[in-house]
Amino acid sequence: MGLFDKIKNALDTVFGDYSQVDDDFYEELEDILVMADMGADLSSEIVSAVREEAVKQHLKDPEEVRKILIEKVSAGMMTDPCAYDFLKEKCVILVTGVNGVGKTTTIGKLALLLKNQGRKVILCAADTFRAAAIEQLEVWSERTGCELVKQEEGADPASVVYDGIGAMKSRNADVLICDTAGRLHNKKNLMDELSKINRIIDRELPGVRKEVFLVLDATTGQNALNQAEEFSKACGITGIILTKMDSSSKGGVAVSVCKKINVPVLYMGTGEKAEDFREFDPQSYVKDMFQ
Amino acid sequence: MAFEGLTEKLQNIFGGLRGKGRLSEEDIKSSMKEIKMALLEADVNFKLVRQFIRDTEAKCMGQEVMQSLTPAQTIIKIVNDELVRMMGSESEELVLKAPGTVTVIMMVGLQGAGKTTTAAKIGAKFKSKGRRVLLAACDTYRPAAIKQLQVNGEKLGLDVFTEDPAKGAVAIAKDAYQEAVRKSYSVLIVDTAGRLQIDETMMQELSEIKENVPVDYTLLTTDAMTGQEAVNVALEFSEKVGIDGLIITKLDGDTRGGAALSIRSVTGKPIYFVGMGEKLDQLEEFHPDRMASRILGMGDVLTLIEKAQSTADQEKAKETARHLKKGEFNYNDFLSSMEQMRKMGGLSAVMGMLPGMKGFNADAVDESGIRRIESIIMSMTPAERENPKLMNPSRKQRIAKGSGSDIAEVNRLVKQFSEMQKMMKQFTGMSKHGGMSRLGRMFKGMGMPF
Repeated sequence: MGLFDKIKNALDTVFGDYSQVDDDFYEELEDILVMADMGADLSSEIVSAVREEAVKQHLKDPEEVRKILIEKVSAGMMTDPCAYDFLKEKCVILVTGVNGVGKTTTIGKLALLLKNQGRKVILCAADTFRAAAIEQLEVWSERTGCELVKQEEGADPASVVYDGIGAMKSRNADVLICDTAGRLHNKKNLMDELSKINRIIDRELPGVRKEVFLVLDATTGQNALNQAEEFSKACGITGIILTKMDSSSKGGVAVSVCKKINVPVLYMGTGEKAEDFREFDPQSYVKDMFQ
Repeated sequence: MAFEGLTEKLQNIFGGLRGKGRLSEEDIKSSMKEIKMALLEADVNFKLVRQFIRDTEAKCMGQEVMQSLTPAQTIIKIVNDELVRMMGSESEELVLKAPGTVTVIMMVGLQGAGKTTTAAKIGAKFKSKGRRVLLAACDTYRPAAIKQLQVNGEKLGLDVFTEDPAKGAVAIAKDAYQEAVRKSYSVLIVDTAGRLQIDETMMQELSEIKENVPVDYTLLTTDAMTGQEAVNVALEFSEKVGIDGLIITKLDGDTRGGAALSIRSVTGKPIYFVGMGEKLDQLEEFHPDRMASRILGMGDVLTLIEKAQSTADQEKAKETARHLKKGEFNYNDFLSSMEQMRKMGGLSAVMGMLPGMKGFNADAVDESGIRRIESIIMSMTPAERENPKLMNPSRKQRIAKGSGSDIAEVNRLVKQFSEMQKMMKQFTGMSKHGGMSRLGRMFKGMGMPF
């Protein structure tokens, strides 16, 4: 089954089964949102809002209710077109997230995307903790033909970033993409380390555009909210990249994450290959989910 | 701490119930609704939640609860029992074959679950028990995955079998098995690439490995933060490849970890290990009963004790335990506990396992404060350390001078110490309600390393 098919089937059943909207209908609707990892609170909030609207408009047809549902969910995810301006500017991108979400792979994909637009990209291997993380980025650097700045495993990540900034200046690169070690957001020391890296970028490159991306695994449940909040606190997240959207999960938690930290989802990853990457379109994402 | 949020919520619910003597049907209904929301926010699969609530509510409506004088406790017990039942009632261990025969363990799971790290961790566990372990690098897809296993193997002194990835995972696994047999390893751990359960070709690869290598344990590795899909992932791996057990990783995060509950319950397979950190020794056994107590806010004291046992100086620990039992906790015990705490991975690791310590900010305790306390105690005579009752003003003066501290600091330590003694007496009696959280507040107030 392809992307979203399963949830579509479930929704089709709901909308098909009910010739009229009643309590059971709304209850089942709520279950489906929960199943998509939207969270119990938000699901119930959305369903209440939809219900209220439906009552106000005297809607009886499940089809019409579906339209309202799509409207309500996508409303919170709209992206400001300026969010993609970094593609054209000189910029530093710091890529963050918890362990195993796909940061390094995402960087490979992002690097290729930028390179194909004619940008000069330098990759910075600041995950100095995980075994072979540097080698992994090295492979991506070869695949994409982007230069790599690295030190040995165990080096201070902030100093690698510092080197990366130096390389960006001296080689006059357009974009510096910094990989960071996966870290759980409740580890204060590791989050402090991230803040430090963030500060160094601000200090060394004043006036240069900076993007801080949080990579979010679509299979993640409600913990994504804590992740978003803590990473935002540590280094001011400016955009979200939703990975593993080719999985059977719906990434519904992204809806609540966007709402919580008020940051758009910019891209989504749909596979392990470099080209399995595309701009996130909230409307089609939600439509895919519900139509 | 795992399940922290859920704990908090259930405590809120039962906190509300505690005030009342008896429950009405309405009370039970509303508390069940709260439990349902909490479990859903904890990512427990919603179908399971529904089932759980149905079972629990029916039990709570029984006469036993309605007529109980302590209905809240009774509900806690029922919820606790249900949670334990869902997670499997006892902890299980991987059983190795007799020496001379290779036991084969295969790691499977989605991308990024932590298979490679966990493979190395399990290898280290068996190595420490005197077994010869071979790791096989069969993730031929992800860049540098083989290298990652090699680096981890090297750190732990484990042999790693690698071949040209172009040979394919099945052939490499086969060769690794032959190598393991020829060189009489007792455990072979096969690391495989992360894959989606809906990717038929990739799932086929795992089946083929199983056809060619006599795998004893196929272990599904699951990220504790996984959402609602955890159930489908586990079911499909189970159907298409067949799994024998589960591993939950990243439980050192603050996720409520409902996924663990879900997959254990739907697959019926035991959870053998939980990953508690990135360091290669941070792999623990899974104890359903302890996990349930953790969910219910009773803390994970048993894990703490076990950890203490494996790292502590046994003699000193026994001494301390004897003193604790008699309620004679003295300054020497205090010193050695501080020492032990360091060995156990620091304050935050320990605090996370204690009940009622949720709000404790380990980072607030600065190391220099700990050193000051140590220097004060070190300035006491052996007799004073042995018998805290000896303390008097002139002794305190001397100690202050000797440790280069202020008399007020010494006074504070002595006062806190005697409070701690009292607490320790309660702690030994474990677990009078509220005792531990009072303890927590006290330590917090003291800024003390305990």
